[in-house]
Amino acid sequence: MSVLFILIGVSILVAGSFLAAFLWSVKNGQYDDDYTPSVRILFDDEHPKEEILTQTK
Amino acid sequence: MQVEKFYYDNKTVRNFAYATIIWGAVGMLAGLWVALQLVFPSLNITQYGSFGRLRPLHTNAVIFAFVGNGIFMGVYYSLQRLCKARMFSDKLSAIHFWGWQLIIVAAAITLPLGLSQGAEYAELIWPIDLAITIIWVVFGWNMFGTIIKRREKHLYVAIWFYIATFVTVAVLHIVRSGELPYSWLQSYSWYAGVQDALVQWWYGHNAVAFFLTTPYLGLMYYFMPKAANRPIYSYRLSIIHFWALIFLYIWAGPHHLLYTALPNWAQSLGVVFSLMLIFPSWGGMINGLLTLRGAWDKVRDDVILKFFVVAVTCYGMATFEGPMLSLKSVSAISHYTDWIVAHVHVGALGWNGMLTFGVLYWLIPRIFKTNLFSKKLANQHFWLGTLGILFYAIPMYWAGFMQSSMWKQFTESGQLKYSFLETSINMKPFYAMRSLGGLIYLAGVLLMIYNIYKTVKAGKLVANEEAEAAPLEKVYVKHTGEHWHRWIERRPVQLMIGSLVVILIGGVIELVPTFLVKSNVPTIASVQPYTPLELQGRDIYVREGCYACHSQMIRPFRSETERYGEYSKAGEFVYDHPFQWGSKRTGPDLAREGTGNLKKSDGWHFRHFREPASMSTGSIMPSYAFMIEQNLDTSSTVAKIKAMQTLGVPYAKGYEYQANSDLVQQAKTIQTNLKTEGIELPPNKEIIALIAYIQRLGKDISKPQNK
Repeated sequence: MSVLFILIGVSILVAGSFLAAFLWSVKNGQYDDDYTPSVRILFDDEHPKEEILTQTK
Repeated sequence: MQVEKFYYDNKTVRNFAYATIIWGAVGMLAGLWVALQLVFPSLNITQYGSFGRLRPLHTNAVIFAFVGNGIFMGVYYSLQRLCKARMFSDKLSAIHFWGWQLIIVAAAITLPLGLSQGAEYAELIWPIDLAITIIWVVFGWNMFGTIIKRREKHLYVAIWFYIATFVTVAVLHIVRSGELPYSWLQSYSWYAGVQDALVQWWYGHNAVAFFLTTPYLGLMYYFMPKAANRPIYSYRLSIIHFWALIFLYIWAGPHHLLYTALPNWAQSLGVVFSLMLIFPSWGGMINGLLTLRGAWDKVRDDVILKFFVVAVTCYGMATFEGPMLSLKSVSAISHYTDWIVAHVHVGALGWNGMLTFGVLYWLIPRIFKTNLFSKKLANQHFWLGTLGILFYAIPMYWAGFMQSSMWKQFTESGQLKYSFLETSINMKPFYAMRSLGGLIYLAGVLLMIYNIYKTVKAGKLVANEEAEAAPLEKVYVKHTGEHWHRWIERRPVQLMIGSLVVILIGGVIELVPTFLVKSNVPTIASVQPYTPLELQGRDIYVREGCYACHSQMIRPFRSETERYGEYSKAGEFVYDHPFQWGSKRTGPDLAREGTGNLKKSDGWHFRHFREPASMSTGSIMPSYAFMIEQNLDTSSTVAKIKAMQTLGVPYAKGYEYQANSDLVQQAKTIQTNLKTEGIELPPNKEIIALIAYIQRLGKDISKPQNK
């Protein structure tokens, strides 16, 4: 059953890279603000001019 | 700061959207067809259209073609907007799109031809595996390129889901694709028996997790707030549940192998992690549904939100059921039955399907700058979809419970109450109702195709959508002329981790083959390698996808040992490249088919393969009469034996050159046996090899032990 060790090794490797990504994201200040990002995505893609256009339609 | 002007690439998004729709319809049609084959076996038209070959076509099409293109459509649309940047490279986008479609076409050609590796959801042959690896790297390159040149510092939670998807699927695919080619098209799995089974379900479960779940959660976190025009209920919850989900998911695979020959501790590990998974899974579902709190009136009017609500609800149901099914006592009842088929379809039709439809209805009018052609039709699609799911799932749950209890029922005198055939005939009405559910669901999809066709006609694609954003501030100022490597040198911990990773990769590549070959030393002395004829027969078994309906793994329950014989042991499978345990018993288990009271004559098998219903009245197995005509290709024997030797199967040195004469000899014995039963047949036909393999099953362990 040595494949178990390989799979566990690979899984730990993947989990380890996730952990590194998590630590990076915390240190990088990704989660300093846990509210505005959720609102910001709602306002990002429509061009201002067109927004007025669609509203007047 | 100067605001930059740039353009979003909508053309690639459109292409992926079209591909999603087309392959979705094809994959679901294939599903409907195989469902009908279980009701009307005569629909198994020619060898290219038999159930065992079309079922992988259905699963691969809906997973990798429908959901796969759906993922790319959603990622290409949302990633650009979340990063405030065009996709990294138009060329990579084009290679990604066309490469993926070519892979799908290659799959659609090779699977009906019987070119298969015999592992569920990983059937595709090694050249296609290689192509998938390349195109996946192209996808990752394009995605990370976009993330790096983003104009928005914060990575929205959806992007994290996409990143986890990319990384994990890459690793899974590489590990599962450990295979040794013996010809330009075909190969044997590197792993054998129990090891292959563990790799398979580690892969299989994570494919569900990181192909059908995490990318779609990412899509949910982008498109649901967009469609509802309100922020996600709790952004903090989304972050917590994301990290929890990806840490837990990679350990859950062994729950597919409960009560099998897998070591017990590995089974328990899988159970524990599967149970814990309910928390992050429901975190996602609750977050999705609560986004609509106080806005349920919108759901009444907005058909897109309806699709999302059903999708997220189905996600919640499937992820509650999943941990429950992972409990050993529940698995004892549910494994091998149609219950599991119901479970996966709640996930596939409900979660993946309905979410994809919602995204399509939202996105197509936007990139074509027009309104949806008909909200009424979309509403009808919604109801057809929802009803289709119910009509599909309810009969299958019912069938599953019934099947399982019939298998396990004993009479008062302690005999099995029902023969397998009786249980199988009882399933037919449920299979018919399930097909109806599938038909209703597909009808909804056809409505959507018409609706989207009309929408597209009315609008015009905005191939390059204008957008503006300020570039990111550069935070770190490097010394001019500094060597790039200085960065890592200032960070000893990262350097150590980085080098460890590199070493591990090297070590794994070097050690895996030797490791695996060595551990395949048989623990049961009587277990011998397959004879050349049996090996060829086994490859036919794999080619025909017999594992789709027949298991070869008897669990240690009285109801199974009474029916099939001694329960299966790990040591019996050491020469099985690939393993063929299966996961579903539409037909009976075959692990001891060649022995004990299951043993039948060669002539019985011949007649049964030619016309199954003639031997078992009411059987829904397809006819394999074409094998009586088709000659066995013995030119591959040398290469096959050689490959097996490399994999550690102890054929004597130089045996590959003697193999074919042994093969002919064994075939002639079977020919003589058939003659005594009144069947005249030349010895070089495929059916003889398959009979040889079937008669071998379970035989080794019933031989007198010389220990």
